[in-house]
Amino acid sequence: MTDRREVGLAVVGAGPAGLAAATAAAEAGAAVVVVDQASHAGGQIWRHRDRNALPEAARARLARFEASGAEHLSGAAVVDAAPGRLSVVTDRGPLLIDAHAIVLATGARELFLPFPGWTLPNVLGVGGLQALIKSGLNVAGKRVVIAGSGPLLLPVAATAAGHGAEVVAVCEQAPLARVAAFAAGLWRAPAKLADAARYRRAARGARFRTGWWIARAEGSAAVERVTLTDGRREWRVPCDLVAAAAGLVPNVELGAALGCRIADGALAVDRDQRTSVPAVFAAGECTGVGGEDLAILEGEMAGLAAIGRPVGALHAARDRAGAMVALIARAFAPRAELLRRADADTVVCRCEDVRMGQLDPAWGARQAKLATRAGMGACQGRVCGAALERMVGWPAGTVRPPLSPARVSDLAALSGNGG
Amino acid sequence: MSDRIEIAIDGRVCTVAAGTSVAAALLDAGQPAFRASVQGEPRGPLCGMGICFECRVTINGVPHRRACMVTCEHGMSIATGAAPA
Ligand SMILES: Cc1cc2nc3c(=O)[nH]c(=O)nc-3n(C[C@H](O)[C@H](O)[C@H](O)COP(=O)(O)OP(=O)(O)OC[C@H]3O[C@@H](n4cnc5c(N)ncnc54)[C@H](O)[C@@H]3O)c2cc1C
Ligand code: FES
Repeated sequence: MTDRREVGLAVVGAGPAGLAAATAAAEAGAAVVVVDQASHAGGQIWRHRDRNALPEAARARLARFEASGAEHLSGAAVVDAAPGRLSVVTDRGPLLIDAHAIVLATGARELFLPFPGWTLPNVLGVGGLQALIKSGLNVAGKRVVIAGSGPLLLPVAATAAGHGAEVVAVCEQAPLARVAAFAAGLWRAPAKLADAARYRRAARGARFRTGWWIARAEGSAAVERVTLTDGRREWRVPCDLVAAAAGLVPNVELGAALGCRIADGALAVDRDQRTSVPAVFAAGECTGVGGEDLAILEGEMAGLAAIGRPVGALHAARDRAGAMVALIARAFAPRAELLRRADADTVVCRCEDVRMGQLDPAWGARQAKLATRAGMGACQGRVCGAALERMVGWPAGTVRPPLSPARVSDLAALSGNGG
Repeated sequence: MSDRIEIAIDGRVCTVAAGTSVAAALLDAGQPAFRASVQGEPRGPLCGMGICFECRVTINGVPHRRACMVTCEHGMSIATGAAPA
């Protein structure tokens, strides 16, 4: 049996963007449902097992959402979509949602660029470490190395240090000049500069180096040490946990399934957050990586525009905050050395254990799938696709529905109700 | 948040704080390898957000659950694919 629901607005993603969209639309009187596969609302930044640990502004946002009358379906993955309809799989069974309008707020994931040893247990993402700490991982007394790129490195270092970890090194691959240019570009966002200073203080004791990156990680049952490099020197660091990621990539899969236009790896939207598909809007990091404030503004606009309310008053603020997307992209683009770390023996596709040496750069992603199964495993190429796109220039193929694994019986029930 | 609950990891009983994800509980219990890859390499969580599928374990008999997406419940039984048979 498939449950069916009809709403004015369906929002996918309960992060800052999705919650802002849902709150704005529900406060304006629309019937709104927010669907998220995670067990708690908040997305990557506000999801915390202990809400009291969140900043006041985040708690206020969550409370306002809860009071707005919008409904939150947690543990509910959208596995397919067509204009006006979402196919959802929950623990309680399949569900079809018919909606007059859809807001996509599916966020971003981390970019993992393979290096020797990156598959060892206890080598995590940077946001991955943050997420695990928020869900209860105890890092007290652990020696942690944080390396990669982007504005997430320092806040995560601060979180780890705040939970008692010994943060031995924080390495930003971008050269100092680009990091400095990024900081200079923040002049219009003084709060961000204050945040950065606070993170630096909180992560004190850790050595912050720009122009350094991980060359390799080693260990037997789990990671035991990493070798960091600036291309000339090497620095071997014993550690218990490694957090490594080269930035964020927008989650465009659901938008692609709907037929939305994609530009520069993100869902393309107009000034009112409309995608190229009628009645489908998008907001937050699935439209470009620009952080929390931008996600909130875009969400609010998408939610209002989706129910036919004017949003012109928000354009100026959004455009100001939107400058962050280009700033981040420019400052933290991965250097060439980062893309050349995998040796012939390095696993590139973790789901199918395909090694770099098995791939012929003359192929494309499709040929690699046929020849080696690279990209055909459980993650559907979400990890290796983005990496290989940058390493060998293969455009990442689109993920085909179902967008996450679902029981055959659920899928059959959903398609049986398709008409 | 001071509530403690009991779970079993590969038959070993552990106590964790309520609200802890299965992935965090396993790492805390000194079990960084959650599963064996197709070529038998030990693997543990990578993304922490449900994308990479490296954290798959068997929970209450249901295989292939993403440990980072599931919150521990009292009496939960978790089996890694990395435990000695
Ligand atoms: C792992 C990680 C950790 C991060 N930690 C921080 C941090 O600590 N501080 C910081 O400033 N920034 C952090 N960021 C950056 C952060 O993504 C943004 O600042 C902000 O959260 C973006 O908001 P958003 O609403 O666009 O997306 P998100 O917050 O990512 O929300 C997207 C939501 O959509 C849901 N979703 C996606 N696809 C589907 C689907 N098909 N079905 C159902 N639900 C779906 C996801 O579960 C998620 O909850 C992190 C990013 C990542 C990837
Ligand atoms: S750690 Fe990636 S899916 Fe759980």
